[in-house]
Amino acid sequence: MRIDKTSGTQRSAPGRPRKLTARLSGSDRTFRGIATAGGVFVLILMGLVGAFLAYRAWEALHKAGWSFLTTQQWNPDGGGFGIAAVMIGTFLIAGVAVVVGVPLALGTALYISEYAPRRVQRGLITVIDLMAAVPSIVFGLWGWQLLQWKVVSLSRWISNWFYWIPLFHVDGVARDDPLASPTYFTSSSFAAGLVVALMITPIAGSIMREAFSQAPLGEREGAYALGATRWGMIRAVVLPFGRGAIVGGTMLGLGRALGETIAVLLIISPVYQIQPHILQKGTSSISALIALLIREATPFGVSALMAAGLALFAMTLLVNFAASVIVSRSRSGAVSEA
Amino acid sequence: MTVIHRGAASGPPPPAAPRTTVPSRPAPGAEPAPRPLTLIRGGDVLAVAGALAAALATTALLWTQLSPFSGLLGYIAVTWCLFVAYYAVLVSIDENRPTMRDRVSAVVVHSLAALVLVALLFIIFYTFVKAWPALVHLNFYTQDLRSTLAQDPLTKGGVLHAIVGTLLEVSIALAVAVPLGLVAAVYLHEVPGRLARLVRTVVTAMTAMPDILAGLFIFATLILIFGLQLSGLAAACALAVTVLPIICRAADVVLRLVPGGLIEASYALGAGQWRTVWFVTLPTARSGLATAVILGTARAIGETSPPLLTAGATNYLNFDPVHSPMMSLPLLAYYEVQAPFSGEIARGFGAAAVLLVLVLLLFAVLRMIGGRGPGQLTRRQQRRRAARSRRDMVGYARRVAAAAAAPDYPGSGP
Repeated sequence: MRIDKTSGTQRSAPGRPRKLTARLSGSDRTFRGIATAGGVFVLILMGLVGAFLAYRAWEALHKAGWSFLTTQQWNPDGGGFGIAAVMIGTFLIAGVAVVVGVPLALGTALYISEYAPRRVQRGLITVIDLMAAVPSIVFGLWGWQLLQWKVVSLSRWISNWFYWIPLFHVDGVARDDPLASPTYFTSSSFAAGLVVALMITPIAGSIMREAFSQAPLGEREGAYALGATRWGMIRAVVLPFGRGAIVGGTMLGLGRALGETIAVLLIISPVYQIQPHILQKGTSSISALIALLIREATPFGVSALMAAGLALFAMTLLVNFAASVIVSRSRSGAVSEA
Repeated sequence: MTVIHRGAASGPPPPAAPRTTVPSRPAPGAEPAPRPLTLIRGGDVLAVAGALAAALATTALLWTQLSPFSGLLGYIAVTWCLFVAYYAVLVSIDENRPTMRDRVSAVVVHSLAALVLVALLFIIFYTFVKAWPALVHLNFYTQDLRSTLAQDPLTKGGVLHAIVGTLLEVSIALAVAVPLGLVAAVYLHEVPGRLARLVRTVVTAMTAMPDILAGLFIFATLILIFGLQLSGLAAACALAVTVLPIICRAADVVLRLVPGGLIEASYALGAGQWRTVWFVTLPTARSGLATAVILGTARAIGETSPPLLTAGATNYLNFDPVHSPMMSLPLLAYYEVQAPFSGEIARGFGAAAVLLVLVLLLFAVLRMIGGRGPGQLTRRQQRRRAARSRRDMVGYARRVAAAAAAPDYPGSGP
């Protein structure tokens, strides 16, 4: 009876939508409250990291002014300090890592999604995840004790033939000097970058693989039906489909490479001047600078290191934000949402 | 054009080769010979083998006779480059261009993947080989370094303090980060809105925050401002800040994979939001959530730089996370390998090896429970669920029988 009446009144006003209100029960309201509190707490905590870095860095930034970006030396308690040298060192190491790591990641991702037999695919994915979880100290020990000595001959060969490119020049070593001490070539940006490359390979690779494996089956079969070889299919379907993920994975790897601390700290020998020769001993990075100096720093020195940390933070945030935008805008990201 | 063509076609047709041929049919009783469907032909294998042999020989010639190169790494690199070149030439002899490109790119992709795998295996292998002299002594696992001198043999001293420190720090960090991360992920899933989107953006951005910044943050707040000592608690807080966004994001991704139909079915049956989350969403995503937590744990165990800034360093076994410095495995490895004595270096590698074993164990656990999408059950779970629905069916049947037996059941009459 009552139901009929309600529907009758509704029919009399057809244009107006019925107001829908849901009254939550007590337990639901509590649940929502707790969940929201958790979310807000995480937001505040994460925001605090950035805000606090900025707050503590203010003192040093205020004192240094714009020279913070252009000064090479790091001597906060007397003389000047700035991130020109460490910033360039950070980018050189990360650059080597990306140049070496991204082809490796791309090859691994393509192999797992396109070439590997179905039986081993799952196992390989686990192995790549494992590689992402191997502690950075293990990579660092390996690079420090073994790799940096093994790449000396490669460094020597490159500097021998491409010395006219400033990047590959090595000061203090005559050309074609087979007796030059290998210590000219160790502890370089190149060695550190190679180790970091192996660390970013699984991160970039897993993002690329995920996108590649979602490339639509119909288009793959269409390419095959038109007579494409497997590589032709990959070039026509898989790679364009995963382009966003390739760029995004590269950026994520770059972000990780910029912030890598312990492996870099073990390998490099720090210098606080711009050192653009990647094969030569001595380089620096922001994270290694912080890890090296924070324990002995004066209060103002801590503030200066905070400023360096803030610069690193801003860079990684920028890179990661760009990466996430690119990944989510690309077609592969849109499909994964469904 | 046409005229010329017509003129050419009007000439006397060549008498050779019949226009059509009748395919030879197999005799009525005989089995037709099956066409081989394998993707690998003998010639392909020979091309690979030949290119490899030629590349090895050329490099050997280069290395020993023609130029002053040396070193195994360079030998392998040059051999590989020559191999790709020779292989391209060999394939292009009897295949067309696209096929040649296909083969060569397959070789390149295979070797890149193999390089990554070999590098990973080699890193793990190398760590264990260097650690072996330390790992074989029992005292390595049962003593700390309090009375060990730098040049003492490996039969004295061990890494017990670092193992205890790592376990304590990671446990405290997880006790903070896992509930918070999961609650925040549930929030992102259940209370969508502008605030949730903001939280998700910030959490996603923070997943790639350099770990040293978490250490720096805790160092500047807890230690410099609130006066906490360099201690396990401070390190645990730094680790928690590092892994919180990782766990939260991974859990968020997993929760989004829970089929909407299941959740809507729960609402349609009259369950509230809280009961739906607790009895439907979370159990469905259980294995994925466990994966998220384990990945976070693996990350927390291996982090070196947050403890480097916040935990201090000690050679003593310490169960008190609040008051005195605490050692952890990655930190111990970092300090020990920089010493000039071979025993200490072996001990450092030993600490790294123990760390690797912990991570490998975590991955074994992950392999056992995880890797399944939400709602996919193991065989045992399926059996258990089938048994439960059989029990339910028996219960329903009994209830129906009871209702039929009671004549004046309210509502059962006409």
